[in-house]
Amino acid sequence: MNGLPLITLLTLLPIVAGLLVIGIGSENRKVGRNLAFGTGLLTFVITLWLWKSFDASSGALQFEEKHLWIPTLGIEYRVAADGLSLLMLVLTAMVTLLSMLASWRMDDRSHLYYGLVLFLQGGLFGTFTALNFFHWFLFWELSLIPAFFLVRLWGGPQRAAASTQFFVYTMVGSIGMLLAFLAIFLATGHVSDFTALAELARKGEIASAISSDLTWTGLSGKALVGIIFLGALLGFAVKVPLMPFHTWLPATYTEAPSATTMLLTGVMSKMGVYGFLRILLPIFPAEIQQYRTPLLVLAVITIVFSACAAFAQRDLKRILAYSSINHLGYCLLAMFAVATGSTTSPAPDVERAAALNGVLLQMFNHGLTAATLFWFVSLIEQRSGGLRGLNDFGGLRKVAPVFCGLMGIALFSSLGLPGLNGFIGEFLIFKGVFPLAMCSASVSVIGLLVTAIFILTILQRVFNGPLNEKWTGFPDLTTSERVLLAIPIALMFVLGVYPQLVLGTINATVVQLVKQLPF
Amino acid sequence: MLAWTIYISFLGVLVLMLLPKDNPRAARGVAFATAFAGLVIALVAYAGFKAGELLTIADKAWIPTLGFRYQLAADGVSLTLVLLTGLAAVAGILFSWNIEHRAKEFFAFYLALIGGVYGVFLSFDLFLLFVFYEIAIIPKYFIIAIWGSTRREYGAMKLALYSFIGSAMVLVGMIAAYVVSGAETMSLVELAKFSFPHSFQMWAFPLVFVGFAILAGMWPFHTWAPTGHVAAPTAASMLLAGVVMKLGAYGCLRVAMTLFPQGLEPWGCTVLGFGSWRDVFAVLAVIGIVYGAMVALVQKDFKFVIGYSSVSHMGFVLLGLVTLNTIGVSGAVLQMFSHGVIAGLLFAVVGRMVYERTHTRELPMLEAMRLSKMLPFAAVTFVIAGVASMGMPGFSGFIAELQVLIGAWKSYPALAIITGVGILIGVAYTLRATQKAFFGDDTTAAATADADENSHGHEPLQPISVPERLGATLLIGASVLVGLYPHVLLKIIVPSFESPLFQWIQKGGAQ
Amino acid sequence: MSYLELLKLALPETILVATAFFILVADRSTGGLDRRLRFRIGGLIASVGCALAAGWIAVTPAHANVMNGLLVIDPLTRLVKAGILILTILTVLLSSDSDFTEHVGEYMALILFAAVGMMFLVSAEDILMIFVSLELTSLSLYILTAFNKRNIKSAEAALKYFLFGGMAAAFTLFGLSLVYGLSGSTNLHQIAAALAGKGLDPLLVVAVVMTIVGFGFKVAAVPFHLWAPDAYEGAPAPSAAFIASGSKVASFFIFAKLLMIGFAGVEGSGAWRSFVSGWIPTVAVIAGASMILGNLAAIVQGSVRRLLAYSAIAHAGYALLGIAANNEDGVASLLYYVLTYGLTTVGAFGVIAVVENRTGGDTMSHFAGLSRRAPLISFCMFVFLLSLAGIPPLAGFFGKFYLFAAAVKGGENLGLLWLVILAIATSAVSLYYYLKVLKQIYVAAPETNEPVQVPILQQIVLGLIAAAVVILGCVPAVVVDALKTAIQAAGH
Repeated sequence: MNGLPLITLLTLLPIVAGLLVIGIGSENRKVGRNLAFGTGLLTFVITLWLWKSFDASSGALQFEEKHLWIPTLGIEYRVAADGLSLLMLVLTAMVTLLSMLASWRMDDRSHLYYGLVLFLQGGLFGTFTALNFFHWFLFWELSLIPAFFLVRLWGGPQRAAASTQFFVYTMVGSIGMLLAFLAIFLATGHVSDFTALAELARKGEIASAISSDLTWTGLSGKALVGIIFLGALLGFAVKVPLMPFHTWLPATYTEAPSATTMLLTGVMSKMGVYGFLRILLPIFPAEIQQYRTPLLVLAVITIVFSACAAFAQRDLKRILAYSSINHLGYCLLAMFAVATGSTTSPAPDVERAAALNGVLLQMFNHGLTAATLFWFVSLIEQRSGGLRGLNDFGGLRKVAPVFCGLMGIALFSSLGLPGLNGFIGEFLIFKGVFPLAMCSASVSVIGLLVTAIFILTILQRVFNGPLNEKWTGFPDLTTSERVLLAIPIALMFVLGVYPQLVLGTINATVVQLVKQLPF
Repeated sequence: MLAWTIYISFLGVLVLMLLPKDNPRAARGVAFATAFAGLVIALVAYAGFKAGELLTIADKAWIPTLGFRYQLAADGVSLTLVLLTGLAAVAGILFSWNIEHRAKEFFAFYLALIGGVYGVFLSFDLFLLFVFYEIAIIPKYFIIAIWGSTRREYGAMKLALYSFIGSAMVLVGMIAAYVVSGAETMSLVELAKFSFPHSFQMWAFPLVFVGFAILAGMWPFHTWAPTGHVAAPTAASMLLAGVVMKLGAYGCLRVAMTLFPQGLEPWGCTVLGFGSWRDVFAVLAVIGIVYGAMVALVQKDFKFVIGYSSVSHMGFVLLGLVTLNTIGVSGAVLQMFSHGVIAGLLFAVVGRMVYERTHTRELPMLEAMRLSKMLPFAAVTFVIAGVASMGMPGFSGFIAELQVLIGAWKSYPALAIITGVGILIGVAYTLRATQKAFFGDDTTAAATADADENSHGHEPLQPISVPERLGATLLIGASVLVGLYPHVLLKIIVPSFESPLFQWIQKGGAQ
Repeated sequence: MSYLELLKLALPETILVATAFFILVADRSTGGLDRRLRFRIGGLIASVGCALAAGWIAVTPAHANVMNGLLVIDPLTRLVKAGILILTILTVLLSSDSDFTEHVGEYMALILFAAVGMMFLVSAEDILMIFVSLELTSLSLYILTAFNKRNIKSAEAALKYFLFGGMAAAFTLFGLSLVYGLSGSTNLHQIAAALAGKGLDPLLVVAVVMTIVGFGFKVAAVPFHLWAPDAYEGAPAPSAAFIASGSKVASFFIFAKLLMIGFAGVEGSGAWRSFVSGWIPTVAVIAGASMILGNLAAIVQGSVRRLLAYSAIAHAGYALLGIAANNEDGVASLLYYVLTYGLTTVGAFGVIAVVENRTGGDTMSHFAGLSRRAPLISFCMFVFLLSLAGIPPLAGFFGKFYLFAAAVKGGENLGLLWLVILAIATSAVSLYYYLKVLKQIYVAAPETNEPVQVPILQQIVLGLIAAAVVILGCVPAVVVDALKTAIQAAGH
């Protein structure tokens, strides 16, 4: 297996398949769909294969490939995977499969739809494995475009506004990031490799290079580095999102077709968190530390306010959208919290490792749970003819017990019930964050509380209560749906009970990451 | 070998002139065969090219009394542009497959233009270069005036006169250089060795540079470009943006900067904050980038959007040239290639795929048509071309513009930042045009549904034909190939700059 | 020198005169035939005569000087004479489709007489001889202009031409007599020797200016151009062609000779902001004015003939650059330019003649859609007009280029660059109006699609001229080398 550029193949496979699917055209809808699904399956197998052959005892980057790309600028094409990347790859492959299943009956220009989904998948694979800023950025942007069109072409009534807002927000963030990295690239004499940059950052050379190269601006070195950091931060903050850069998200998630929202929330939101872990934390540790307090405040605001906002919503999709913000807020909290040198904890590295392990788990879990939840919403929509208001239903448990049972499990997972996957991630995060940032952690707990409330509200309003007369004929899950939905639900249980499945693979990576942080 | 690109094009013109009158099939067959042969020759030459060499193709005395030579040669820069010409020529013919009206004459003019363009890129004798440069002007006029659309005669005349005025300026500088050197030679290699008096270079450089830059669409001499592009038939827009504008930029690089490098040096005083011609042109280039993008943002006519975007993108080329470092200048050359391919594609979508089917280019009207459903291939192509044009990584434009930006950063950091803003606006206008043209709002569609009631009764638009698909694939393929593997061109471009002809870059880089 | 030898030297001219008489007689005897046929027969005889004369030129001795400059033969004059004869042949051949007059014989004979006058003009180095041959040419041309008696415009044109010409002749005569008075000689070389070192006394200034006025009229330079538009418009097409071609060649040649040889020493300088009085600045100013006015006025013309007339004024301006250059390259470029210009103009008037005969006029609209009605002559017109505009690879481009290079070289320290810049700029303007005509031919829709019948002879001749224009543009070396060698051999 050594000679095979597995990661490149993994990235190219969906893109080529996407072209094929689009090329097949609308006449052979089924062929296109099967091809797309087959590709999804194949990539999933490849990611599992990678997972299996990954040396979990080492936190180093593995499966590395390296070629010179732009010789004039010394830019390389370099891809590799460590535990973090690998986890994301598996998640991507899995959520894509789920999303394809959820859109199985799609018939409006389905060839284009599946083609775009595959492009998106390719872009995500690329993003999660790239180690050089430039082609990483390529994939980062490449994933944006299909997402934009998925929302634009198949979305709800407000799709035009939503997709544009989505695109413009992310684009502005990207540009900020691009400019920041260009500045670093120029200042450091053409270094764009993430590991090399992290190395420089550890030696403090990035800051000095920037302040010496940009003297003409008349700003002090520190201010400059700060600006550049904020530029880079913007790109990721929009993507995750960190409040107040979140306003695109509820609109987009709501307007996007549910199958697309699965991808958006399941994987694309992870791009931001991944970026924090892979790029911001290693390259700008000092700056994160410097701006830690305001960032923590923002993270806490994100957690609490999004939970409250979710509580105030009446549209299931909007609720879930805000809850997504809330869940990823914990990740942000943890990542900002670890960036401190002054701590009362006797073994801060252990706490940091716990927090970051929690972050990774949370990413995976949220991907799984949120995607599953949106799938359920899509099923509701299919059955209700597009209705998904909190108050449109009631007493569904009586007519569709299996449906409500399974969706209930997913909701409880999202709530963080012990025994289900959601719990362990959040637990680890709080375990790590409490000693590092006591105050923020305490406030954030409010978020947990409100989450519990709005999730219970959903259960109450939709499943329980008196049966809405309209829905007496609400069909329960079909057999095939049951079988398919059983897979993610089962996984929730498995991970809830045996988180080691994931932790075993990522732990070494996290430990390595923590070790390299200069705190 | 490479000289046959020129000969075969003119041979094609002759054959076309001898063809019977009403046989468009034969005419386009001949034209396609000719253009394709040109591309193949260029590719073969590329395969056999040794990086860094100055490949002499022909060198014979031509007008011995005056010392003019028939000297054809190629270095990496020429070869890149010859490749571009080959690509654009083939694609242009594929996109004019449906021309029936006076097809024979159309393709004859078309091939004459191509022949002239090949000639310019391969000439290493200034006089010869100028001859080919002017040969390229006249066919443009007729192609636009006869087969064009909106205000075609005006657009054609404006284009011809601007080109001619530009070449007049070049002519003055050229004659003066010839006389001042006193060497009785027009060979670029020989003239480049001669060090012209500093004061002479100081006025000859801007004269010749601007003369060429007019054709490259430098602000404020760009106004011919949008009107010309809009008026031109598809193939001509493709060629105009694809290669003709490159003639100007190539001239700036090959003639103005090579012969009069001292013209770039500081004046020794500052006027309005400018310290040298280099500063002036850098600022003009950046104004072009930003201005072109901003104007493109508010256009109603779809083709004008692309027309102004060309002005904006050519600004990158000019900016890259005046950075005077290898990264910037090679970026400029790469941008010439990249813009040639991408703009060609954009014009193909707008002119051929959309306009010839819907007979309108007004964005508000297109908005109501929901073209993404009716012409999905066109929509996909435009989206790809659009993102390529935005400078999305993975396409040629990204690497080219990145190099220009980095080159500019080294010389003009502040301008590089403004250029960044230009890129942002570029994203905005591309997005706007894509949205309006292909993904019209439902609400708008509903509002206009009444007025447009017969739209359902409309016959379905003609599907995208095979030649169009081929042409689009060819151009996208070229852009992606260079985007993913820029080495393919950079390996011949960059070593060229080590030749003595480009000493000024090495000097500029050391500054 | 015996008369026999003299006859030998002047045999080309003699042959032409004899041919002219022969045509007069022959035309008498064919009076009953169709006019077009008579034109054809006359044209054929005249062409044969010219060809014989040209053939004889090739075998005359390379150097001869009869009576101190009355008839000078050197390689250069031989070349120019041959050029004039070729242009004459083309003119008469293209006239063979006309039917504007009963008096075919007289018409042909007059063309030949004018040609004789031009040939003598070319080989004269004596101001008296210059004046006499100039008058011979002019008088013939006046009549040729008036020849279309049915057309009032023709008469008007001739009258204007004649009045202006007469006045110009008076100026010339006055100027030349002053020169004689100042130098005591009629031979150009002796005049130069006599004037050398004397400086520019006021009388000489008057003489120089008067002479330039006279010749400025002949070459239709501003401000002595007023006759040209009317003459070009009113005269029968072949006459106009001949006025624009052969007459131009001869006049420019002798103009250059007179100034460069006769007035050597008082050339002054035309360098920008450092004018030194003399004939160069005068010529330079006239050239500049001609280029500007000619080109600007041509833009607004609706008649193609008038357009060509104003463009001829502009071209006279360009050609004057060669004189202002005042060097060997200047002469060579001037001759190359006027010869190719003559060739192109004859061709252009040939096309106009065909169009006029077939569609009844020469305004822009008569040319509309010509390319679809007569593709071959349209293409010829395409070549001619673009050559006039100075587009490579046509003869006009190299002509201009060479002229400009010579002018830049001529002025010390790029002194004449201002004039060249002006020339290049106005030449850019000129593209506009040439394209306007071509736009009619190629772009505009024809009123009918009925093909225009073009006689086969016309097609061949026009095709040959177009081919020559292309070839001369691609390989100018053929002519330029010959001219340069001839100039060096002539020792000017």
